[in-house]
Amino acid sequence: MSYIPHTADDRRTMLETLGLSTVKDLFTDIPEAYRYPELKIPDGLSEMDVKEKLSSLARKNHASEEGLWFLGGGLYRHFIPSVVDAVLSRGEFFSAYTPYQPEVSQGTLQAVFEFQTMVAELYGMDVVNASHYDGAASMAEAALMARRCKPGRNTIYLDEGIHPEYKEVLQTYLTGTDALLKEGPPGEDAACFITAYPGFTGEIKDLKSLGNRTHEAGALFIVHADPLACGILESPGACGADIVTGEGQPLGIPMSFGGPTLGLFATTKALIRKMPGRVVGQTMDASGRAGCVLTFSAREQHIRREKATSNICSNQGLLALAAAVYMAALGKQGIRETAQLIYNKGVYAASVLGSLEGFKVKTEGPFFREFVLTCPRPAREIADELQKKGIFPGLALDRFDGFPENDLLVCVTEMNSKDDIDSLAAALGEVSR
Amino acid sequence: MMEIRYAKTHEWAGKEGDLYVCGLSEYAQDKIGDVVFVELPETGAEVEQNAPFGVIESVKAANDLYSPLNGEVAEVNTALEDEPELVNSSPLEDGWICKIRSDDESFAALMSEDEYQVYLKGQDE
Repeated sequence: MSYIPHTADDRRTMLETLGLSTVKDLFTDIPEAYRYPELKIPDGLSEMDVKEKLSSLARKNHASEEGLWFLGGGLYRHFIPSVVDAVLSRGEFFSAYTPYQPEVSQGTLQAVFEFQTMVAELYGMDVVNASHYDGAASMAEAALMARRCKPGRNTIYLDEGIHPEYKEVLQTYLTGTDALLKEGPPGEDAACFITAYPGFTGEIKDLKSLGNRTHEAGALFIVHADPLACGILESPGACGADIVTGEGQPLGIPMSFGGPTLGLFATTKALIRKMPGRVVGQTMDASGRAGCVLTFSAREQHIRREKATSNICSNQGLLALAAAVYMAALGKQGIRETAQLIYNKGVYAASVLGSLEGFKVKTEGPFFREFVLTCPRPAREIADELQKKGIFPGLALDRFDGFPENDLLVCVTEMNSKDDIDSLAAALGEVSR
Repeated sequence: MMEIRYAKTHEWAGKEGDLYVCGLSEYAQDKIGDVVFVELPETGAEVEQNAPFGVIESVKAANDLYSPLNGEVAEVNTALEDEPELVNSSPLEDGWICKIRSDDESFAALMSEDEYQVYLKGQDE
């Protein structure tokens, strides 16, 4: 086969077929002024110059490892053991595209099977799928699944404390359906009630009573749960959740400027056939050897097409593997200790920052990883000033509708030392004067 | 023995007392292979001849089940929840899917056993 796609003859033949004489005639529908805009691209550079230019641009970035980092709000700085990257960068895992064609990719299938098993244990649920695009996509898929499970009920009720950006994603997913999105306790028309555990601003709710109220309304109880928080909190499954979704980024995945991340999705055995996404199961081959297979595929788009439970097939195989390696490396004890550290450090930070003159901790009751600190003046101003010194005190909440401008969302993880927290207190004390 | 009549979509129906029992034909269960799940219609649901009223899932595919008759679902075979393979082993007896309270008219519109056999010959060609 020739590598030259079309010769002058080919082009002439194509134009003749179309009844045109020149290639330019193909573009007459585009207004003249926009047809051949002059591209303002500088001349080429040598490799050395390009590298220098890119590194000088890169130096303008501020990595979370440098300075003081208390910024959260959806993506979090956590410790990632080096074994995670070491396993991920193996060519067998790293280079393959959708590598788990049934039966031939036993390694990847087994890794996904282990991932599912560990997430199921953290969440206290029966089944977990092989992941979604991100946490918000998982939550939206859960809402769609609730509608399939509860025909005739078309309203999705949201608890307070759902991430404002997640709400936007939900709204996007529901566009074009007759589903409604409402905030507040579930009514008679509720397909489901969605709560976050912990909520967007860190608060931990009483899941059991929320679950009971939801089931009394005849709706499905959906919990968006942080997998690390589940290391010390009662699992959503034990509190009656029908579907659990989550953002898997805290499990060994770097923040990477906002993505890619990992959507977790779990449900009960009773609802498995309504669940979107791929599921890896374990079985025996003809000679009695254990093997992994994709299972429940009949719900999927390559078999059911227009009736598939979801037509978004992207999963995050490599990141699910990262999460599996992270969970395996830490083990049950390690995850519990990490969660405990995060909790303890958060409590310490709240007590230190809350006692600063003019500051007040707004979050009431128990919280995990994040809490709201009301500042004596607009939080954005304080954050902007401190950022110049390499201190990131948290997320100014005024970027979201309905949040007061003096509120700062402070995030504390196992990566923040006591010294870090004390330095932040000192810096906040200074700028507020 | 009760008279069994067939739909083009391979469901069968036969009168039993004042209800019609429905199931999947011998031919269809053989074609779809090992049945792993049957999504049954709900008792009390109104069903319409030739409209989907359930799903049957085998190891290789999922197919809609179409109601062979007009009427109302009076009873479903809950044994299929735990033993969906009954559809394979006993499609005309233990593997029945549901019982429908129906009129004789929609039953008469179905194919007779002989007509169905002729119809099947056309299916495999």
